[in-house]
Amino acid sequence: MISVNDLKTVFNRGTVNEVVALKDVNFKVDEASFVTIVGTNGSGKTTLLNALAGSIICDRGSISISGKEVTKLPDFKRTDLIARVFQNPFLGTAPNMTIAENLRMAELRGKRKGFALGLSRKRLEAFREKLKSLEMGLEDRLENQIGTLSGGQRQALTLLMASLTQPKILLLDEHTAALDPKSAEQIIKLTRAIIAQYSLTTVMVTHSMHQAVALGDRLIMMNRGEIIEDISDDEKKRLTVNELFNKFTELRQYEKIDNEMLSMLQDGYY
Amino acid sequence: MGLYIGAVSLGLTYAFLALGVYITFRVFEFPDITVDGSITLGAAVCAILLVHGWNPLLAMVMAVLAGMIAGALTALIHTQFKVNGLLSGILVMTALYSINLHVMGRSNVPLLKQDTIITMLEALELPISREAISLSLFTILGLGIWLLMVWLFKTDLGTAMRATGDNEVMIAAQGVNVNRMKVLGIAISNGLVAFSGALVAQYQGFADVGMGIGMLVFGLAAVIIGETIVGKRKMKWIFLGVILGSILFRILIAFALSIGLNPVDLKLITAVFVLLAIIIPKIIEKVKVKNDLRK
Repeated sequence: MISVNDLKTVFNRGTVNEVVALKDVNFKVDEASFVTIVGTNGSGKTTLLNALAGSIICDRGSISISGKEVTKLPDFKRTDLIARVFQNPFLGTAPNMTIAENLRMAELRGKRKGFALGLSRKRLEAFREKLKSLEMGLEDRLENQIGTLSGGQRQALTLLMASLTQPKILLLDEHTAALDPKSAEQIIKLTRAIIAQYSLTTVMVTHSMHQAVALGDRLIMMNRGEIIEDISDDEKKRLTVNELFNKFTELRQYEKIDNEMLSMLQDGYY
Repeated sequence: MGLYIGAVSLGLTYAFLALGVYITFRVFEFPDITVDGSITLGAAVCAILLVHGWNPLLAMVMAVLAGMIAGALTALIHTQFKVNGLLSGILVMTALYSINLHVMGRSNVPLLKQDTIITMLEALELPISREAISLSLFTILGLGIWLLMVWLFKTDLGTAMRATGDNEVMIAAQGVNVNRMKVLGIAISNGLVAFSGALVAQYQGFADVGMGIGMLVFGLAAVIIGETIVGKRKMKWIFLGVILGSILFRILIAFALSIGLNPVDLKLITAVFVLLAIIIPKIIEKVKVKNDLRK
């Protein structure tokens, strides 16, 4: 479903802040697979997600989604294939527009927005039914502006919008990180339900080891722009939060040694 | 009384400009100073075509097209070359000053002996005065543009334009090319502004190269008055409010002039009015917060 080949991208090229964000990344995702990606800050996990979405056009390598080459396409031209939920609950919805208007735009994701009057009574009724499934009472607030909703409600709505027309892939970018624990739990429950209902191929970046272990059928760990662990199937099922945590600790130790070596070298040099 | 009827007519002709300003300023949150040039462009194109004996309706269509091109140009400079929005507008407005002079061939084109949309209606020999004909024509046009705007911003395209102004990230994630939306929206806005210019020229009987100065601020004043009249409501009432705001503003000006306001001070007073309308709510908010903290 997703095929990423030798993907490489460098930020701030030619400056002192040059960072290799993705270092020849190769990875494939099967249809209906649910992949979680973990990694430390700066590991490249969000960059990889942005590359899939088209927010970043990579320097080298190729990406194809559902058999379609998308490597050079800007984000808005990939939306027939991709739906996204952002970390910031404010990004996924338009605050000064109504719930119904937001849903209508999501319903037309990747399609032309023409001169039709989209919000017929019939459409509103269909939206109402969809909103009922969120169990947040939003079905009675179709004409309310998004700005009146809580962060959790907005994120739930963004998830619903993402699933409204079944996308080829769903990208979740730490989409519970900005929520309070209770809302986060609610959104995770909803995420599970929606992905299962439509068998969506999903890539989810998370900072929560608990989520990474509990969700999905495959786990990828990234470090310094590379995939360093790829755990799937039975191995993923057996994986515990503790084991994953140990892997991180190991990684940190290596990095610490690296840094110590570096400073030793520097000391010797000067 | 005649003074105020004239003010209503003028307010209706400027309502198109106010609606255009609403689109850029409120829908796209883009302060578009192109307006000062494109209203004159609309007047100039219409006037010169009338002098050359064109049909007034056709001359007005050409004026709208010219305005749309000017608006599209500002939007393209802004979106394609990432030039600051205000600066893009200033560049096009400045360029338009020369272009308008070229279009007219001189700084003022009188239309007193030309066929205009108003003389066309007079020729029908209706049993009403010239002023009443103008007023009825502008009222009908005003209602027409109101319905057209309400319809446009209810369509999926119009919704996508509003979403572009509201949250670019969100609407881009739904597959909308936000740059294209901005070009389209700002072009439509300046088309309306140019139409306003074409009507004003025909109503006042001349096009003048200086007629655009301060027009964006006049438009803003109308928008602010309009929003105050209708409050926070649906788009259709806001559009109606903006049209009424334009009329009310002209009535206020007529009143001020009739009690002895020096016309020279008109733009100064308008600018101060808009400034106060923008900062007073902020001051009230500050005072409220202070009082809440004291409790």
